[in-house]
Amino acid sequence: MRLRKSWTLTMKEFAVFRRKKYIIYSLVALPLVLSLMLPLSIFFSGAFSEVSDSVLGTLFKGEFTIFIILAALLPAVIGSYSIIGEKVEKSLEPLLATPSTDGELLLGKSLAAFVPSIGATYAGAGLFIAVVDGLTYSKLGYLLFPDWSSAVILLLTAPLACVFSVEFNVIVSSRVNDIRAAQQLGSLVVLPLVGIYVLGQTGTLTIDAYHLLVVSGILLAADVALSFVSRRTFQREEILTKWK
Amino acid sequence: MGAAIETEGLTKKFGGLTAVRELTLRVEEGEVFGFLGPNGAGKTTTIRMLSCLVSKTDGYASICGHRIDNKEEQLSIRRAVGILPENVGLYEDLTAYANLDFYGKMYDCPERQRRDGIERLLKALEMWERRDQLVGTFSKGMKQKIAIARALLHDPEVTFLDEPTASLDPESAKTTREFILQLKKEKRTVFLNTHNLDEAQRICDRIGIMKTSLVAVGSPEELRASLWGHKTVIHVVRVSDALIGALKSLGFEKIETVGDDKLVIDVGDPDADNPAIVGAVVRAGGEVRFVTELRPTLEDIYLRLVKQGSGSG
Repeated sequence: MRLRKSWTLTMKEFAVFRRKKYIIYSLVALPLVLSLMLPLSIFFSGAFSEVSDSVLGTLFKGEFTIFIILAALLPAVIGSYSIIGEKVEKSLEPLLATPSTDGELLLGKSLAAFVPSIGATYAGAGLFIAVVDGLTYSKLGYLLFPDWSSAVILLLTAPLACVFSVEFNVIVSSRVNDIRAAQQLGSLVVLPLVGIYVLGQTGTLTIDAYHLLVVSGILLAADVALSFVSRRTFQREEILTKWK
Repeated sequence: MGAAIETEGLTKKFGGLTAVRELTLRVEEGEVFGFLGPNGAGKTTTIRMLSCLVSKTDGYASICGHRIDNKEEQLSIRRAVGILPENVGLYEDLTAYANLDFYGKMYDCPERQRRDGIERLLKALEMWERRDQLVGTFSKGMKQKIAIARALLHDPEVTFLDEPTASLDPESAKTTREFILQLKKEKRTVFLNTHNLDEAQRICDRIGIMKTSLVAVGSPEELRASLWGHKTVIHVVRVSDALIGALKSLGFEKIETVGDDKLVIDVGDPDADNPAIVGAVVRAGGEVRFVTELRPTLEDIYLRLVKQGSGSG
């Protein structure tokens, strides 16, 4: 496996993405809206002044799990284009003819979906943390973020969710011909993660470092399982003869 | 010179469908080999097998001495091969230069080779002035030229061109053909899939006619001679039984009368037989106006072979 070759493919993907407005808008708009809208909605509601400090902290920490969902959602936008786009433009055959292994091509494509998605997630999370700390510091007297649970989310859960989504989208791309259909199907990957967010918001699940580590462990196992499936799916002959 | 491409009994099946059946072929280094056949004849599948894009079901094949079924050698084959697929498959949102530079990197070309190669090829294909324009703004012919440059950028030992002039306007088709002729002058090995019989005749050293299996192979002249034979046409003022009798007495059995002033005679060796034919006709009282050779076009040969192939199943 030559990483340089995968990175060459990734850089080419970035050059193509720069000209796709909807990809840029998705990468900028979604994190921006979530980072501002969620903390401000609590700030401007009655809850901010009425609830105790610990409840306020729980509320904001629960909302932070949205970045796990975001990390899984963004690859559906990028990954679907990255593979289906090539399929539609019929540019896969010359790419597959190059002296590179299936693994190098898959890694290049996966990095192209992973890097901007996780980058946008981190940027959004950074903005969220800055806004929340800015809003709550005078009331709480300490910085709510970063804490252990946000660190686990950013360093473990969100990247693993992102990898899961990238792999899922590779598999979806092998069965679909239309970019929109791929995006819609690929977005289904967030459903179990939405479940975690809802459980956290309703207080059913305590969003702490321990539970997040458990979720990360499950995601890691799912990533390993899906990586076998996506590698089997992303093979030259399979792509040329069965990806219709 | 050695074999650039060698196959023996090469077969590809997709489920119950045989796309290529027992293809045995040898293409020499520096040869331009034309691969003719109707749609669905297995031409593209052959190229894909030879460039390690799809696996073979049976048989043997090697490119520049590397076996296609050896996983270790497949990267060497891909490096040795340049391919122009039926669909050009360029990145429309990148410039011509960026497209070629990307593929140069994927083929492990050093930076200087990429830079010089891109300039040389784009200038040869009259696309250098447009190098910084997005490929999406190009006409079909322009895209085809960029795809040809891509296939040659890493200086491949064997170049596969799949229908390079299909659906191009006449001017672009001419430029493309001239470029392939230039490759021929440079003694590059080219494997040309085409429907265009005239193109194959003008460009290729040898031609293989494919219809799932290889129906015939040889130079255009060899195909004519082996499949059609030699026919002499003798134009006289008036055909008579005496003329036909005189020719039959010389041993020419296949004589066809066309109208009342033309005889078509199957001959073995035109150089030796034609003077005897003319002499016999004159001695039998015939008045010879002129003598020509009936040369079948490649199209005549192709259609005969393909129809024979259909007839036999």
